[in-house]
Amino acid sequence: MSSTLETATHPERLRRVAIEPLTRVEGHGKVTLLLDDDDHVRQARLHIVEFRGFERFIQGRPFVELPVIVQRLCGICPVSHQLAAAKACDRFVGAETLSPTAEKMRRLMHFGQVLQSHALHFFHLASPDLLFGFDDDPAHRNIVGLIRDQPDLARRGVLLRRYGQEVIRVCSGKRIHGNAAIPGGVNKALDNADRELLGIDIAQVIQWAEEVVGLMRRIFLAGGEEFRRFAAVPANTLSLVRPDGALELYDGGLRARDAAGRTLFDHASDQDYAALLHEQVKPWSYMKFPFIAALGPETGWYRVGPLARVSNCDFIDTPRAERARQELVALGDGRPVQATLAIHWARLIELLYCAEAIERLLGDPDLIGDDLVREGVPGANGFRRTGIGVIEAPRGTLFHHYEIDADGLVSRANLIVSTTNNNQVMNESIRRVAQDELDGRTLTEPLLNRIEVAIRAYDPCLSCATHALGQMPLAVTLVRGDGEVLDQLRRDADGAVRRGPPGIAGAGDGMPR
Amino acid sequence: MSLLEPEPAQGRAAVLVIGVGNPARGDDAIGPLLLERLRAEFARGGAGDTSAIELLDVYQLQPEHALDLRGRRRVIVVDAAAGGPVPYAHGLVSPDPTHAFSTHSLSPAALAAVYQRLYGVAPPLETLAVRGECFGLGESLGNAAAANLDAALAWLRADLDRGVVPIRARCQ
Repeated sequence: MSSTLETATHPERLRRVAIEPLTRVEGHGKVTLLLDDDDHVRQARLHIVEFRGFERFIQGRPFVELPVIVQRLCGICPVSHQLAAAKACDRFVGAETLSPTAEKMRRLMHFGQVLQSHALHFFHLASPDLLFGFDDDPAHRNIVGLIRDQPDLARRGVLLRRYGQEVIRVCSGKRIHGNAAIPGGVNKALDNADRELLGIDIAQVIQWAEEVVGLMRRIFLAGGEEFRRFAAVPANTLSLVRPDGALELYDGGLRARDAAGRTLFDHASDQDYAALLHEQVKPWSYMKFPFIAALGPETGWYRVGPLARVSNCDFIDTPRAERARQELVALGDGRPVQATLAIHWARLIELLYCAEAIERLLGDPDLIGDDLVREGVPGANGFRRTGIGVIEAPRGTLFHHYEIDADGLVSRANLIVSTTNNNQVMNESIRRVAQDELDGRTLTEPLLNRIEVAIRAYDPCLSCATHALGQMPLAVTLVRGDGEVLDQLRRDADGAVRRGPPGIAGAGDGMPR
Repeated sequence: MSLLEPEPAQGRAAVLVIGVGNPARGDDAIGPLLLERLRAEFARGGAGDTSAIELLDVYQLQPEHALDLRGRRRVIVVDAAAGGPVPYAHGLVSPDPTHAFSTHSLSPAALAAVYQRLYGVAPPLETLAVRGECFGLGESLGNAAAANLDAALAWLRADLDRGVVPIRARCQ
C-alpha cells in the first residue's frame, strides 16, 4: 500500500521544501516536502525532472550497433546496458543458446562490472555516512575524509574498483566503449596472459571483500533498532533467479515475492515481462512507476537490487557469500529483510559473490575457447523481430526490449532501468524518513541528509552525465503558501552549509560530468 | 604484475591527457573528440621517441583514476564546461577534499585530493575546460563547441610541443 504522504489534501496551504539536485546521485532529481505551520510533513515526493528520451535515441539504428550504442546511455553501468542489449540481439540472429566460451566471457565481464560498481558505491558514496554518522560535517563526510581517517579501507576501495575495471578491460579490450558482446556471442575470448594477470590478485580481492562484508555487518548490527527501522518499508521484491533457485545476475527466470515472503510468481520467462509488469505514469515525475500487474499500482510496487536479490534467492552458490547471506536473512526471522540500510550489507555480499565467481571462472577452460559466435537457422519468416534482454545490473533488474523492421533497424524500444523499477520504493522510503525523522522538527542539514541517506542506499543512477559540478549541490527553500520565501538552507559546492538567500553558486570547475 | 600494488612510476608516459565526456551527449563529446583528433595526428606521423603522451578516455573521473596519475610530469584533464570562458580555460588544480561532495564522479580537485592522500604529494594536475552549450542525449557537437574545440586543440598541441617535443602516443 502506498503511503498517505504521496499526495496532500490541501497542498496550497502548505510550505514547500525542495532538495535539489540530489547529491551523489546521477542525473536530475529532487525531493519536495510540503510542511504545515507546525512543521508536520504532509507530502513527500522524489521527482525526476529530466526527460531522457532513451528510446528515441535508439530508434532507427541497426540492431547490430545496439550493444555499443546503449553504453552511451549511462557512464556508470555501461557494461550492464551492453549485455542486456546483446542478450536481446541474440534473438535477432537466432542464437537462443550461446557457446560456453561466449556465455562465460559475458558472465566474467558482468562480474567485473558489478564488483567495481558495488565497490564504488560502498567506499565512495555510502561508507562516509555509515562510518562517520549522518550528522557528520558534509565537508568531511566524503571519500577524501574516508582516506584521511581510514586510509587502509579507502585504499582497498580504490584497488577493488581498479580490479573490477581490469576484468572489464581484459574481457572487452577497453576500459570504456567496449565492443566484446555482439549479437550471438562475443568477439574475443580470454587469453592466457590476461587470465594469469587476474589470477594473481583474486585471492586478495576475495579476502578484502569478505572483510568489508564483516565490517558492514558490524556497522548494521551496532546501529540496532535505529538502523533496522530507518527508511524501512514493506516492499514486494523482484529479481532473476537460477533454475535451482540460486542467486543469478546474468540470466534466469523472474521471481517476485510479497513483503511477507510469499511467492507471487516464480521462474517466469523474462520474455513475458510485459505481461507481468506494468508501468504507471504520474503527473509529477518524468520517471514511470512500474508495478506487478496482478496486484495493481497501489500494492504492486516492488524493490529490485542487492537486497531484493539476496532475499529472493534460495542460496548463493559460492561458499563465503552464502555464509554471509544466511547471516543477513536470519534477521528477517522468516520474512524478507526490509531495512533500507541492509541494502548496503546485501550489496557487499554480492561483491563477495562476484569475487568468488571470478575466481571460479578463471579456472574454467571454456574461457580460452575459440567458439565465439552462434547463429540460428531462420524460419520461413526469417528471424525474430522482437528481442528482449533482461539482466541483473548492479542496481537491479534491467529490461531491454527492441523491435526491428525487415532491414534490421530498430522500430521500437522500451527500456526499464533498475532505478525506474525502484521508483516507488524509493518514494516510500523517503516518506518513512520524513515521517519518522523530520516531522515536527526544524529542518537542519543533518536531518535533510537523512533523506539523501535513504535514497543513496538504492544507489540510484538517474542518467549519465547530466549534472554540472560547480552548481549548488543542495538547496532547501521554505516558501509560504502565498509564495513568500521564509528561509533558505543551502550546502555549497565547497561543502559548507549556509543559511540565507541564494547567492552565487560555488565556483567549482564548471565541468558538466 | 599485481593489480593491487602501485604501478612503478618509472616507464610511464610523462604526460597523460584524460578526455572526459559522453560522446552521445552533444557538446559533452568535446573531451573524447579532442583525444580522437590527437590520436589521429599521432597516427599520421607525429611520433618521436624522446618522450611520451598517453591518452585516456573516461566517462567521468573516479577514485581509481588516482592510480593513473602516478609517475607523470603532467596530467591534463580535458572536459566540456557548462560555464566559464569561451573558447576554453586552462588552469592548475589544487587538491580540494571538499569538492568530493559530489555524485558518482569526482571533480578534478577531489581526484587530486584522493591522490594526495594516497601518495602524500599533490599530483601535477591541470584542467582544460572547453566551453560547451548543449548537452542533450543524442545531440551532436554544436558549431560553437566545435570552434572552441579547434581552439583548445591548437593551444594544447602547441603547449605539448613546447614541453615534450616530439611526442609519442601510447593510446588506450
